[in-house]
Amino acid sequence: MAAEGRAELACDRATSLPEALELLARHRGAAVLAGGTDLMVDLGLGERLPSRLIDIWPVDEIRGVRKHGRRLWVGALATWTDIIRSPEARQEAPALVEAARTIGALQIQNRGTLGGNLGNASPAGDSLPVLLALDAVIEVASRDRGSRFIPADQFFVAYRRVRREPDELITGVWLPGRHDRDRTHYRKVGTRAAQAISKVVFAGRVRLVDHEVQEARIAFGSMAAVPVRCPLVETALTGRPVDPSASEKLARDLAPIDDIRSTGSYRIRVATNLLRAWLEGLR
Amino acid sequence: MRLSFTLNGSEVEVEAPPAARLLDVLRERLGVTGPKEGCGEGECGACSVLIDGRSVCSCLVPAVQIDGATCVTVEGLAGSDGELHPMQQAFLEHGATQCGICTPGMLITAAELHERDGSWTRPEVREALAGNLCRCTGYQKIIDAVVEVLDGR
Repeated sequence: MAAEGRAELACDRATSLPEALELLARHRGAAVLAGGTDLMVDLGLGERLPSRLIDIWPVDEIRGVRKHGRRLWVGALATWTDIIRSPEARQEAPALVEAARTIGALQIQNRGTLGGNLGNASPAGDSLPVLLALDAVIEVASRDRGSRFIPADQFFVAYRRVRREPDELITGVWLPGRHDRDRTHYRKVGTRAAQAISKVVFAGRVRLVDHEVQEARIAFGSMAAVPVRCPLVETALTGRPVDPSASEKLARDLAPIDDIRSTGSYRIRVATNLLRAWLEGLR
Repeated sequence: MRLSFTLNGSEVEVEAPPAARLLDVLRERLGVTGPKEGCGEGECGACSVLIDGRSVCSCLVPAVQIDGATCVTVEGLAGSDGELHPMQQAFLEHGATQCGICTPGMLITAAELHERDGSWTRPEVREALAGNLCRCTGYQKIIDAVVEVLDGR
């Protein structure tokens, strides 16, 4: 354990959003500490040791889940438990609630945050395909440039790299309100139900109008260096009745790797089966 | 840094590096050894403590975040008169403990469930306790004890 590195690590505690942005502007190499459920594991392994920490846990402005008109705002510091218990989230984003329920177990759900999942940007991040499927927009803010909004499908640029500048803080996620013709789905496959890092994460959304798919979003995690949408499958699905055979195109959208958790060919097989099963249920 | 927080009903002050693990602060600086270290990465639940009423893994909580919070370890579950928490009493009656390493964490998560409203099905209890591993695999009696207490409220 890298106890010494950790013992010397400086940490500033922000108690308000302006204070957090000020600290980020001043310390560009700092890591943002939210619930700590990923970062503390990294620190213990001595991996990706940052020069300094900025603890944002007390920043209440970016906590909670709220409706703003038709849209749903989920604060970056909303924990999975906050999301699971939110009537607004259950109503407007049931797939996100479903994802929250499958993350870690109670202790992790009580502490881990949506903003942390986004900032950590693990390819296996359980909530991230849902954000892609629901056309989420991520709000980031900085002291010098104020807020800007990044669509989820432009947010993940490379393995564990996101479109957040070093002085920016992820403050929240905006989701369109639930459309009454939308069907959404979430499913993850891991070694066991609780605690396991996912082998395949799937989130889907189709908008069905007069038995025809008007819009499709098919997103996967653990299948590439970043969470990804599947444009070929989405195109194949759109403008016609639900066609489960579109799932066969998945192998052209995705080329997962072999790693310690699974093989690429297993991942493609499972992903195709998950997608096909969901589509068959929609017919 | 200097940390002040409420631990098992008493105000405590302690010096610790901000990125130190709450688990180490409790065990090594404050002598509170109820929380155990199993995996050290948030998977086994042996180090569970309540922070502001919610069960969390103290190996994943940095010391800086305990400042100003309320923390309860297994030592704080019984009443000041020594009367056992209902979950502790039920664990005793069901023999819901084998080697004992997972027991403090199991009791902490069970104590959070005890404070929550609503009824619990057995599968829901199993799911809620999925973050507390018992390597003796003595789950049946643990689940029996927790379900009995939740049903009897």
